[in-house]
Amino acid sequence: MPPVPCYLTENKLIPRLSPEEEFPDLSQHNNHMAKVLTQDMYTKLRDRATPNGFTIDGVIQTGIDNPGHPFIMTVGCVAGDEETYEVFKELLDPIIEDRHGGYKPTDKHKTDLNADNLKGGDDLDPNYVISSRVRTGRSIRGFCLPPHCSRGERRGVEKMSVEALDSLSGDLKGKYYALKNMTDAEQQQLIDDHFLFDKPVSPLLLASGMARDWPDGRGIWHNDTKTFLVWVNEEDHLRVISMQKGGNMKEVFNRFCTGLTKIETLFKDKGTSFMWNEHLGYVLTCPSNLGTGLRAGVHVKIPNMSKHAKFEEVLKRLRLQKRGTGGVDTAAVGGTFDISNADRLGFSEVELVQMVVDGVKLLVEMEKKLEKGQSIDDLMPAQK
Amino acid sequence: MTKNCHNDYKMKFSEEEEFPDLSLHNNHMAKVLTKDMYKKLRSKSTPSGFTLDDCTQTGVDNPGHPFIMTVGCVAGDEECYDVFKDMFDPIISDRHGGYKPTDKHKTDLNFENLKGGDDLDPAYVLSSRVRTGRSIKGYTLPPHNSRGERRMVEKLSIEALATLDGEFKGKYYPLNAMTDAEQDQLIADHFLFDKPVSPLLLSAGMARDWPDARGIWHNDAKSFLVWVNEEDHLRVISMEKGGNMKEVFRRFCVGLQKIEEVFKKHNHGFMWNEHLGYVLTCPSNLGTGLRGGVHVKLPKLSTHAKFEEILTRLRLQKRGTGGVDTASVGGIFDISNADRLGSSEVEQVQMVVDGVKLMVEMEKKLEKGEAIDGMIPAQK
Repeated sequence: MPPVPCYLTENKLIPRLSPEEEFPDLSQHNNHMAKVLTQDMYTKLRDRATPNGFTIDGVIQTGIDNPGHPFIMTVGCVAGDEETYEVFKELLDPIIEDRHGGYKPTDKHKTDLNADNLKGGDDLDPNYVISSRVRTGRSIRGFCLPPHCSRGERRGVEKMSVEALDSLSGDLKGKYYALKNMTDAEQQQLIDDHFLFDKPVSPLLLASGMARDWPDGRGIWHNDTKTFLVWVNEEDHLRVISMQKGGNMKEVFNRFCTGLTKIETLFKDKGTSFMWNEHLGYVLTCPSNLGTGLRAGVHVKIPNMSKHAKFEEVLKRLRLQKRGTGGVDTAAVGGTFDISNADRLGFSEVELVQMVVDGVKLLVEMEKKLEKGQSIDDLMPAQK
Repeated sequence: MTKNCHNDYKMKFSEEEEFPDLSLHNNHMAKVLTKDMYKKLRSKSTPSGFTLDDCTQTGVDNPGHPFIMTVGCVAGDEECYDVFKDMFDPIISDRHGGYKPTDKHKTDLNFENLKGGDDLDPAYVLSSRVRTGRSIKGYTLPPHNSRGERRMVEKLSIEALATLDGEFKGKYYPLNAMTDAEQDQLIADHFLFDKPVSPLLLSAGMARDWPDARGIWHNDAKSFLVWVNEEDHLRVISMEKGGNMKEVFRRFCVGLQKIEEVFKKHNHGFMWNEHLGYVLTCPSNLGTGLRGGVHVKLPKLSTHAKFEEILTRLRLQKRGTGGVDTASVGGIFDISNADRLGSSEVEQVQMVVDGVKLMVEMEKKLEKGEAIDGMIPAQK
């Protein structure tokens, strides 16, 4: 069992208060952590710490400070390092199960980044599918995660990442822009390309300590053709994004897999790797991103379909979710929606992208039928 | 020395790897913290587990304010000022007019020692107010305290305040149990404090678990107000309309001392020592933690070429009537003492009383078109 943070037990000046005195008030709260955390669980978990000194209060602080979002059920907890998911499994396992469709502590997650296994995906109608994008996150083993990492660790992650990215070649060849060294011209260009990420303002992220020391150790890398982009030290160590205009999701996914695999090989050559295990897949800061950490989506014009009474039902059966084109929790504009996979854990990357490809193809067919005034009843899919 | 596992883990990295980038920074901490100092202090931890990185996080995250020189560090407990004295001492010296590590601070809360202050002209002086902070010995401070500690501070505070009677009889309103009607009234009275939005406070961790164990107490007459668990354990405020600073200060001293007696009975007096006076979260509030001030109409004096010089000589500062760093409206200024450490409460309020009296006289002269050159004071 990892050691308890010593200052919590040895401090004779301030006797440690009881678990009852310390248990958070979650009476106004609506997030996964608040649904799961009991006094008994807290009593048990507060005597633990990860080897790097992350405690239960560190895990849950964001969920205490942010009682709940009106539209989305937030997770309400984060990991400070890879060991968090093990040391605090009594809390995190039920949260993972609730968030990821009943995923059990004994389940195994399958990773498949072989783009050849994707069927089709190169023929989504560009009259409807405006753009295609796949993103994921990666954590570098041996470093603490953004809620807990020190400046030195964050800089270590940046240094390793930049070295790996600098050795990419061909259509992946690109350049790194450190946030704190950016010229005004570079900054403007990145804003115009919609690549620049800002200092987090979301209280969900701020409360978990992810904005500390901003902008130290943070930056953006992208290839010359602007189709492959990596964020360093934002909400995760790395966020990897492949994107392009139009509906060729196959190409987007090819580039995604190739790039990711190349980067991973480079890290392995340096004696490290991405955080991964056969139960949780890729380990990331937020429990909602475990497994593949993958969100594959398109911006698609479906003005008729989106007003159809069965739209939500169709999405649900296809295991897809809708967002506005500004990202999570924005509204759709002009009937154009961001449609992406709802799952992260328990399905492989290929399976999730396949669901997007097949589902969007079907939605576009339905849209075309509705345009012609025809019924879509016989196109209704079964639950995937 | 107390063991701190998280800090020990960070020691694996060299001081070069961990030293913050302060190249764009303009605050007291950034002026003072060198690599050598960081190297020396980074392995230390107070008994409750607060480290140098914890003290300085707010100054790293907030490079500087365009108008005011921020402090850039906080204390997480009473021991910080000692364990990290190599950093805090020069900051205290710079912020508090050359105050030396060997200097002694004098506390004087005997309101009878104040001369005058009951006759500031209410045609000019609209309101008078004195505030300070207090920390409860035996508990860590808002950047560091646990929920349990914060709740204990609240519990002790409620008990202490409930014993007050006469002019001090009042009621406590916990933030998490307020009715809408109570909230509206407190807002209308300008008593309600919000969850901090200032990045200076957020970066220091003072908003954790909001609004748990935070609240406002005030007497029935609404002239004596206590904030519990905002930026300090307690903020104590005495105020009223008009220019009777003597009465405001009397109520301030009497109320404070009554509260302190109750805490002492529970073996939890206020944090105080003969070098730093009252120990508070922000180094800028050490000593008296006192800001005594008035809202005063000085439309002519405030546009006079020598206004700033006069304030400097009187050891006073100006603010807009919305509080620190707001603009004045209609020639009305918030004028208060600039000092906190190295002079007593009586001395600081005396400076406000004498200084404001002089400025009102100057204002009247300027109204009549007369010169004020003969009235310019010497440097206090």
